[in-house]
Amino acid sequence: MSKMTTILRLPTSPSNANSMASRLYQSTPALLLPVIGLLMFLAIWNGVAKSIDTSLGQFPGPVQVFEQTGALIDEHIAQREKAAAFYERQEARNAARVAQDPTYEPKIRDFTGAPTFFDQIWTSLYTVMVGFLIASVVAVPVGILCGLSKSAYTAINPLIQLFKPVSPLAWLPLVTMVVSALYVSDDPAFSKSFVTSAFTVSLCCLWPTLINTAVGVSNIDKDLINVSKVLRLTPLAHLTKIVLPSSIPMIFTGLRLSLGIGWMVLIAAEMLAQNPGLGKFVWDEFQNGSSESLARIMVAVLTIGAIGFVLDRLMLSIQRAVSWDKSSVLR
Amino acid sequence: MHTKHLELEQVGIDFPTPKGPFTALQDVNLKIAKGEFVSLIGHSGCGKSTVLNIVAGLHQATTGGVILDGAEVKQPGPERAVVFQNHSLLPWLSVYKNVELAVKSTMRGKSKGEMRDWIMHNLELVHMTHALDKLPSEISGGMKQRVGIARALAMEPKVLLMDEPFGALDALTRAHLQDSLMEIHADLGNTVIMITHDVDEAVLLSDRIVMMNNGPAATIGEILDIELPRPRNRLALADNKQYNHYRHEVLTFLYDKQKKVETVPSRAKHSASQKNSKSNEVSSEKKDAKKSDAA
Repeated sequence: MSKMTTILRLPTSPSNANSMASRLYQSTPALLLPVIGLLMFLAIWNGVAKSIDTSLGQFPGPVQVFEQTGALIDEHIAQREKAAAFYERQEARNAARVAQDPTYEPKIRDFTGAPTFFDQIWTSLYTVMVGFLIASVVAVPVGILCGLSKSAYTAINPLIQLFKPVSPLAWLPLVTMVVSALYVSDDPAFSKSFVTSAFTVSLCCLWPTLINTAVGVSNIDKDLINVSKVLRLTPLAHLTKIVLPSSIPMIFTGLRLSLGIGWMVLIAAEMLAQNPGLGKFVWDEFQNGSSESLARIMVAVLTIGAIGFVLDRLMLSIQRAVSWDKSSVLR
Repeated sequence: MHTKHLELEQVGIDFPTPKGPFTALQDVNLKIAKGEFVSLIGHSGCGKSTVLNIVAGLHQATTGGVILDGAEVKQPGPERAVVFQNHSLLPWLSVYKNVELAVKSTMRGKSKGEMRDWIMHNLELVHMTHALDKLPSEISGGMKQRVGIARALAMEPKVLLMDEPFGALDALTRAHLQDSLMEIHADLGNTVIMITHDVDEAVLLSDRIVMMNNGPAATIGEILDIELPRPRNRLALADNKQYNHYRHEVLTFLYDKQKKVETVPSRAKHSASQKNSKSNEVSSEKKDAKKSDAA
C-alpha cells in the first residue's frame, strides 16, 4: 500500500520538468477523457453493428453513417441548385411573357421539390421554438401567481398533477382534431400541421416551467419580503424588484427542462402525425426501406441529440447572462 | 423626560398552534422618547424580535397596540425602518442600487440629482462610498450590514429598528460598527430600538436597557437607565466603575433572575422543579423519550 502511494506521488515531485508534466497530467483528463469515451463508443458501435443483420441489411456502423451524412449534404446542395435553376427559368419565362404582352400579370410559383434533411431540421427547430415560447408565456405568469398566492396554488395544483404525466402522443389526436375544427382559414399564415405540432409541444412544455417557477417564487427569502413591506413597494415594484430577480434561477431551471421535453415531444409528434420535420424524415426513411435507410435514420438520431444538446447550452448561457448569482455553479 | 413619541401599550400577541393559541407576549408597556436609544435584551425565544416586529408592523398585536406620534401602527412603513440581522440586501442589486431602491420608494417626487445626493450622503455616513458598484456578495459581512444601515437611514425613519444588527459579525468588526452607530446616532438623533444578546453592546450604546422575562407570555422584567455621558469611549469605559456596575446589573438579571431553562435531559429534573406545570410535562416527556431510546 505504501509502495503504491509512493509511485502515485512521483509525478508531483517538485523538480521543474516534473511540474510541467504534472500540469499536463492535470489538464489532460478534461480533454482526453471525453475523446477516449467517444472512441470507445465508436469501437463498440462498429463491432456490434456488424453482428446485427436486419431485413434492411446490416445495422449501420460509424462509417456508413458518415457516408450518409455526406450524401444528405450533397442532396441538399443539389436540391438548392435545382430550386435556383427553377426560379431562374420562371423569371426568364415571365420576362418573356411580359415583353410580349405588357398587360400580363406574371405568376410566381414556389419551388415544390421535396424538403431535404436540412429543411426538415429547420422546420423542427422553428416548430419547437414556437411551441416552447407559447408554453413559457403561459407557464411563467401562472407559476408566479401560484408562488405568490397559496389559494391559487391550491386551486391549480391538482390540475398540474393531473396533466403533467400525460404523454404527448395521447394529446396528439385531440389537438389534431381541435386544430382542424377551429383553425379554418382560406389563406392560413401557418399550416395546420405546424399548428398541431407546436401546440402539442406547448402542452408538454408547460409543466416543468410552471412548477419550478411556483417553487422559486414561493421560496423567496422571508427577509426580502419584509424589506418590500417596510418600503411599501407597489405590487408591480414588488414583482419586478423582488420576486422576478429572486426566482430567475428556478424559472430557468424550469425553462431548460421544458425545452428538453419539448424537443423530444416534437420528434414523436412529427413522426406520428406526419407533420414535416425531423420526425417525419425518420418515419419516411423507415417506410422507404432502402439499404441506406438505417444509416440515414442514424444520422437523424445523432442530429437530434446534437441539436438537443445545443439548445440546452443556449438556454444555459442565457441563464448565466441574466442570473445575478455569478458564483453559483450552473450545469 | 419621556415625552409621548413611541408608546407600546398592553401589547400582547398570540400565535396559533395546533394545540391552540400560544401567548408569546403579554402586557408589554414601554414609552420611548424622541431620540432615545433603547436596547432590548433577553434570552433567545423571549419575544424580543416579536416586540420589534410588532413595532415595525410586520406582526399585528393581538391585544394592545403601538402608537407612534399619536397614530396607531397598523402596517409596515418606511418611517419605522428595519435593519435586519442578516443584512437582507437584495443580492442582485449593487450597493448603490440597494439604497436607491429605498430612496425611490420613499421619496417620490424628488429630482434625480436630489436623490443621488441623498443616497451618497447616507452611504457616506456608514463609510461605504468606495464600493458603490459592488454586489453584496462581493463585500464583507460588516460592509453589508453598513449598507443595510445606510438603506434604513435613507428612509428618514422616525424610529430605527435594529434586529441584532451586529450579531453575525466578528468582535472587531462589531466594535467598529458600534462606534459608527454611536456617531450616526449623535449626528442624526434618530430614535433607535435595538435587539441584542451582547451585554457590553447594550450598555455601551443605550440610554435605556429593557430586559425581558423568559416566555411564554414574556413581558418586560426590568428597565435600566444608563446615565453615562456621551460621547462614550469603549476603552475609557472598560475601566469605569459605573459602566461595570451597569454590566453587572444586566448580567445578574440574565443569569441569576432569569436563568435560561435548559432542556438538556440531565438537567430536565432540576429546571422542571422551577417551572410551571406545563413545561414540567414537556420536560418529563422528553426524559421518558430518551429513556425508551436507550432501552
